[in-house]
Amino acid sequence: MTALPEAPTTPEPPATDPSTTKAPAAEPPATEPPAPRRGRSAVLTLSLLAALLLLSLLSAGIGAYEIPLGDVLASVQHRIGLGGHALDRTAESVLWNIRLPRVVLAVLVGASLGCAGALMQGVFGNPLAEPGVIGISAGAAVGAVGAIALGLTFLGNWTVTVCAFVAGLATVLLVYAMSRSGGRTEVVTLILTGIAVNAFAGALIGLFLFFADNAQITQITFWQLGSLAQATWPKVLAVLPCALLGLAVAPFHSRRLDLLALGERPARHLGVDVERLRVALILVVALLTAAAVAVAGIITFVGLLVPHLLRMANGPGHRFLVPGSALGGAVVLAAGDLAARTVAAPAELPLGVLTALLGSPFFFWLLRRTRRRQGGWA
Amino acid sequence: MTSAVLLRRLLPHRRARTLPSPAAPGELVAKAVGLRVALGGRAVLDGVGIGVRAGEVLALVGPNGAGKSTLLAALAADLAPSAGEVRIGGRPAGDWSAGELALRRAVLPQAAALTFPFPVAEVVRMGRAPWAGTEREDEDEAAVAAAMAATEVEAFAGRPFSALSGGERARVALARVLAQRTGLLLLDEPTAALDLRHQELVLRVCRERAAAGDAVVVVLHDLGLAAAHADRVAVLHGGRIEAAGPPSEVFDAHVLSRVYRQPVEVFPHPRTGVPLVVPVRPGPHRRPASPPLPERDNSPSLTGP
Repeated sequence: MTALPEAPTTPEPPATDPSTTKAPAAEPPATEPPAPRRGRSAVLTLSLLAALLLLSLLSAGIGAYEIPLGDVLASVQHRIGLGGHALDRTAESVLWNIRLPRVVLAVLVGASLGCAGALMQGVFGNPLAEPGVIGISAGAAVGAVGAIALGLTFLGNWTVTVCAFVAGLATVLLVYAMSRSGGRTEVVTLILTGIAVNAFAGALIGLFLFFADNAQITQITFWQLGSLAQATWPKVLAVLPCALLGLAVAPFHSRRLDLLALGERPARHLGVDVERLRVALILVVALLTAAAVAVAGIITFVGLLVPHLLRMANGPGHRFLVPGSALGGAVVLAAGDLAARTVAAPAELPLGVLTALLGSPFFFWLLRRTRRRQGGWA
Repeated sequence: MTSAVLLRRLLPHRRARTLPSPAAPGELVAKAVGLRVALGGRAVLDGVGIGVRAGEVLALVGPNGAGKSTLLAALAADLAPSAGEVRIGGRPAGDWSAGELALRRAVLPQAAALTFPFPVAEVVRMGRAPWAGTEREDEDEAAVAAAMAATEVEAFAGRPFSALSGGERARVALARVLAQRTGLLLLDEPTAALDLRHQELVLRVCRERAAAGDAVVVVLHDLGLAAAHADRVAVLHGGRIEAAGPPSEVFDAHVLSRVYRQPVEVFPHPRTGVPLVVPVRPGPHRRPASPPLPERDNSPSLTGP
């Protein structure tokens, strides 16, 4: 039987007392080698990064106007002053004014959605939480649609983003308050709350459409399907602060999110200021969702699919999961946008439709599995 | 700059924490004075006073709804009392930050839950989280290994927590609490889901921790376990402490019969002399072949006030 000695933390030199130095030395050495998991995280991170880079380069080159991979690289090198050469005017313009803003936007939106999904699942302690499913995206969309329909421009380029953030934040708080009882979130309550919020947000969006003029209606409808087709550098700039702030802050909370998996009280017993953590993370989720929704409309299931696949591959630890989901989301959306542009060329599928087509069956499977695990919803 | 303020609010921050110094044997680690806790308008605890000393195992016993878990939660600073005070390490419990409390007391909840399937070893390692960034961070590996050995959970260290049986989960949860290495351990029914061997094991671990200088408070239903392993026992009844002291003094047939509303017999163990508490049962009759049925303990009268 191990004696579980308290290691002395007295300030005087401890090595002089043989009775206290003997006890810690007698303890068994650590038996669990944490190495394999760490190794797997590194491999996953590297392959995701490689995939993202490859997809970005492919996306920049493929399209109605083909630009060979070598030319893409050369032009990028040229612009950042590392040799290379400029392309002819058309190619340069297509690459820098159409393709690259779109690629960057896909990466930003995907990273935001993936990261927001991982954070939400951690905060709600529920693997089915996702901004789209529980209505946060729809809530943010109300803000964005309202801004477009009412022609608001009080903050210039950032108006739509800010409106989406405020509405998204209000929605997260509402869903959170409504779906929690006794320190936990029931799956049924969460999904039903999502249905109610989605319905209400849909009604509000309908109302704004009713008051909008024809040009605005076209803009809103197209945007609502979820698309990156109107990507420009100003749009990238409009969401960059929100997305970067959210993505930069999120990983700092990973350790606490791990502890939150034990439940709220045990997390508090381990020194987590649970209230503060929740408020901070809800703000971050609202930031990320707003960033994504403001430019790309409602793109569902990325935040659900990506963290789940990563959890299966590398376990539920948030230190990998949170940044990994951002990376994975970026990969999925970069690939999705490339597919949306090229599958039905010259026509273009709405990205939101594509992700929903692929994501819904996955959600279905997840629901069934969760149900089987806990033996019913009641 | 508002963005700087926003950033500071979003980032976790760690206040400078003072590390606890080890308590001398017999020193008061935590105490409750005139404690009154009301839940849902009903006083669950009323005028409870108790001291928890270093080097001592204190068992809280009593019938269902007597307030045992509530007292434990109050000692853990989970509940704000409506009157009276809880002091931990000489300071009012409310004055400590969550991070500072986590260095001073560890709590085993009644039911161990986990929302994501972390492997057992990682669950135990979560107990080390409060020490991150302190000089005792170096103990992490040793503390985790020792806690897992003490609770005999090494065999399934790599399995996901969700794949374990109830008793195995309870032991893993206990290992996490032990790995926290605090001077005060608050355990809410650590033996409830365990078989005979592991019940003994858990209480032996409690004894070892007390011998090493920690204060251990444990909620128990099994009076025999309490009598055999606790230095002191507090019998709770209707939100008050009915009796407190060494088991040999407190375990009185009259007191226990009244508190549990179930006639009991108390007699010394023939070999060790430790009090044994047994419900008064009619002798075997009618069908001598089958073991005698115990008195039904879920009679309707239990739901009374």
